[in-house]
Amino acid sequence: MPDLSINFAGIKSPNPFWLASAPPTNSGYQIMKAFDAGWGGAVWKTLGVPVVNVSSRYGATNYRDKRMVGFNNIELISDRPLADNLREISEVKKRFPNHAVIASLMVESRAQWHEIVRAAEDAGADGLELNFGCPHGMCERGMGSAVGQEPAVLQRIVEWVMEVAKTPVIVKLTPNISDITEPALAARRGGANAISLINTIQSIVGVDLDLFAPYPIVDGKGSNGGYCGPAVKPIALNMVKNCAQHPDVRLPISGIGGIENWRDAVEHILLGASSVQVCTAAMHFGFGIVREMITGLEQYMTEKGFQNIDQMVGRALPNVKHWEDLNLKYKVTANIHAEKCIGCQLCYTACEDGAHQAIRLNAGTRVPEIIDENCVGCNLCSLVCPVEDCITMDRRDDGTQHLTWKERTEAGDVPTEFNDEKAGGRHHWVPEPSAALGKERHKTLPGKARVLRGETNPN
Amino acid sequence: MAEFSPPTTEPEFAENFAQLKPRMNRTEAQYESSRCLFCFDAPCIQSCPSGIDIPQFIRQINSGNMTGAARTIYEANYFGNVCGKVCPTEVLCEGACVYNEQDMKPIEIGRLQSFATLQAIDSGKPLFQPGAPTGKRVAVIGAGPAGISAACELRSLGHAVDVFEAKAQPSGLTVYGVAPYKITNEEALAEMAYLQSQFGYTVFYNRPMQNRADLETLENGYDAIFLGIGLGGTNALKLPGEDRAGCVGATEFIEQLRMGHLSTSVGRRVVVLGGGNTACDAASESARLGAENVVLAYRRGKEEMGAYEFEYDLAKGVGVKGMFNVAPVEILGNGHVEGVRFVRTAVTDGKVQTVPGSEFVVPCDMVIKATGQAKQRTFLNLIPGLQLDGNGRIIADARTGQTTNPKYFAAGDALNGGAEVVNAAAEAKATARGMHQILIAGF
Repeated sequence: MPDLSINFAGIKSPNPFWLASAPPTNSGYQIMKAFDAGWGGAVWKTLGVPVVNVSSRYGATNYRDKRMVGFNNIELISDRPLADNLREISEVKKRFPNHAVIASLMVESRAQWHEIVRAAEDAGADGLELNFGCPHGMCERGMGSAVGQEPAVLQRIVEWVMEVAKTPVIVKLTPNISDITEPALAARRGGANAISLINTIQSIVGVDLDLFAPYPIVDGKGSNGGYCGPAVKPIALNMVKNCAQHPDVRLPISGIGGIENWRDAVEHILLGASSVQVCTAAMHFGFGIVREMITGLEQYMTEKGFQNIDQMVGRALPNVKHWEDLNLKYKVTANIHAEKCIGCQLCYTACEDGAHQAIRLNAGTRVPEIIDENCVGCNLCSLVCPVEDCITMDRRDDGTQHLTWKERTEAGDVPTEFNDEKAGGRHHWVPEPSAALGKERHKTLPGKARVLRGETNPN
Repeated sequence: MAEFSPPTTEPEFAENFAQLKPRMNRTEAQYESSRCLFCFDAPCIQSCPSGIDIPQFIRQINSGNMTGAARTIYEANYFGNVCGKVCPTEVLCEGACVYNEQDMKPIEIGRLQSFATLQAIDSGKPLFQPGAPTGKRVAVIGAGPAGISAACELRSLGHAVDVFEAKAQPSGLTVYGVAPYKITNEEALAEMAYLQSQFGYTVFYNRPMQNRADLETLENGYDAIFLGIGLGGTNALKLPGEDRAGCVGATEFIEQLRMGHLSTSVGRRVVVLGGGNTACDAASESARLGAENVVLAYRRGKEEMGAYEFEYDLAKGVGVKGMFNVAPVEILGNGHVEGVRFVRTAVTDGKVQTVPGSEFVVPCDMVIKATGQAKQRTFLNLIPGLQLDGNGRIIADARTGQTTNPKYFAAGDALNGGAEVVNAAAEAKATARGMHQILIAGF
């Protein structure tokens, strides 16, 4: 059996699955229940001067029949007295000494930081997470993302914390910034032991078309919130990668953003995370999801021969390159496996309207045909195809040649003029514009009922 | 023991005849519409006789534009909810859904269609209005799917329309002839009321056209006449004993069932003669009315049945037993039906031959003849110059629906010999457009 336990910047945990600082970690009751269900750690709902929250706090992005593909909230940090939280931290640690309990903190002054760091550690927290990420409510008061967006301020506060902290300190970063490595570097300069990312993305999750107000609606009004859930994973993965690849950040990363199953977790880990944090999925499905995450991760590690998490961390990083280093000689084209095709022709219309007109329809069959010489290997058809493995992207080059944009630039072999002969699409066939009118247009456009009995418009 | 107890109350009747395609709720519609792939040049549209842009209305449902969805449906087919419920979608749109190619459940197009149209019907929100008046007047004979569809289309094109219906209610076989588990009377009539409120044609009920004088009145009072007369009563079998009490035609039996519900009498042991969809319906209905033993007897083999497979499955599902390669010889009894004498048959070279000496009797107390509806030749002969083909179908121009009497136009069962509601609705719409062209251009 692979070993799932981790030592994250000195914080030990039986597995890499932590609950992120959020509503699921609002109380000792919830965290004990989560540990009992199998979670390895929990970052306590952010402690500070207790807040007052509004009613109606969450909004969701639904996609077709899928609920909560994206999720946002306008809830603030803990609204419970600090003493209650501290007492419960002690209680949880007593009952679960081998699980990771990390106190998330957000206060204003140096004195407050010193006081709350000591209090959290005295209560038994295994580590601290500094909330420099919250993009709503707290930032207007000079905290949360207001700190995360100002590397100098962030560094100063980290330094204050490090003056007294005895346990590992994690800095939680906001994605509401153009270059995530800047606050990451500031955290390192301030002496932090680790970083966690991403916090939520500033968002409006939707607008009520009748009330003309953004969700969630509070008495007819709304405010921007923080976006999370499956929809944000691609953004989180990229930012995790940026921090992991940066030569000067060199801090353990706790990956957060869109994780709801083992696969999401593995992706974060392969891009450099050495623990992962989950919130939305637990809010959606409850703590029980961790069983699937643990078994999935174990299965994957067994199949790949990984003995421990460390062996996986950052394994995909060497393959994440700058665009200019990709091989221009690599060539794939689409291949429709006719025996699997169900004839929906989504590939045809996608390629026709959204790509390179490299698929044709033939009379007498619903199975489209790839026009090899027009296919640029963009993948679009294989992405829209609803049938597993029906359209594959097959390699066409012989694998012997390698030439990158960087190499072509260095060799002076790149287009430099507006009508350069070297333009990639110079010799690629495109239809004449006027060919767009007529042909199947009328049967293809939505909203057009089939013409009956060959009649024309009676009007 | 019969599977169904005879219904004694309306709720029991509704339970025995529970809707095959119950109304979707909004969540189900959202989930089901999400499955639609939005195929290019979608096979479902191609297989819909009325050419409804199905992916479009499903997408409209999915984006919460129910009114738009209803409009998309009604623009192609005025019997939107009716067709959603009574169409043999298994062999039409849903049968063509590409999911079938992957052995996956096709999109429930019929139920989605009803979901959208019922929403519009319930709201009463008008989607259409009559066209600018042309000054032309059209008489429509028959308020069935063909007649009402033609009336709607003609009104939208600005012609004044009066509909003459022999019976007391509109929608034809939808309310008089379709199995009650396919659509309720209330639902069928609600759609008719919704259409009439938008298009403003007049319907004269209980006004059968019985003689030449009746037709002359129309010929003199209107610029054109649309024939949406459908078919007639059940064909006679010409068997000895056919007139015994308890031997009824399927069309008449179903009409009684639709109109009378609880007052419909059914035997304990029922023999249904025929192998078509109506035979399956009548058999199924007998079982749901509490008949203990229902036999469906067909003179050819099972594979030659005219009924759709799912229709026969439906009958089997309520306990109907199929008996194949048997032909009725005589209806037995003494005043009332007591049995049917059958002879076994064999099909050679496509022809049914009886097997001598193979006669046997199936005891029963009711016989339902589901042997097809007769053509309305007597009525049609009242129209001067109107020609019928060898099968008694009206001959008409393929594009305009104009008959050999230029004042008369036709669509639906009387023209096609008997098909689905959707065929009548689609043909009538096209004929109405043909009429429009001719009315405007002059005869």
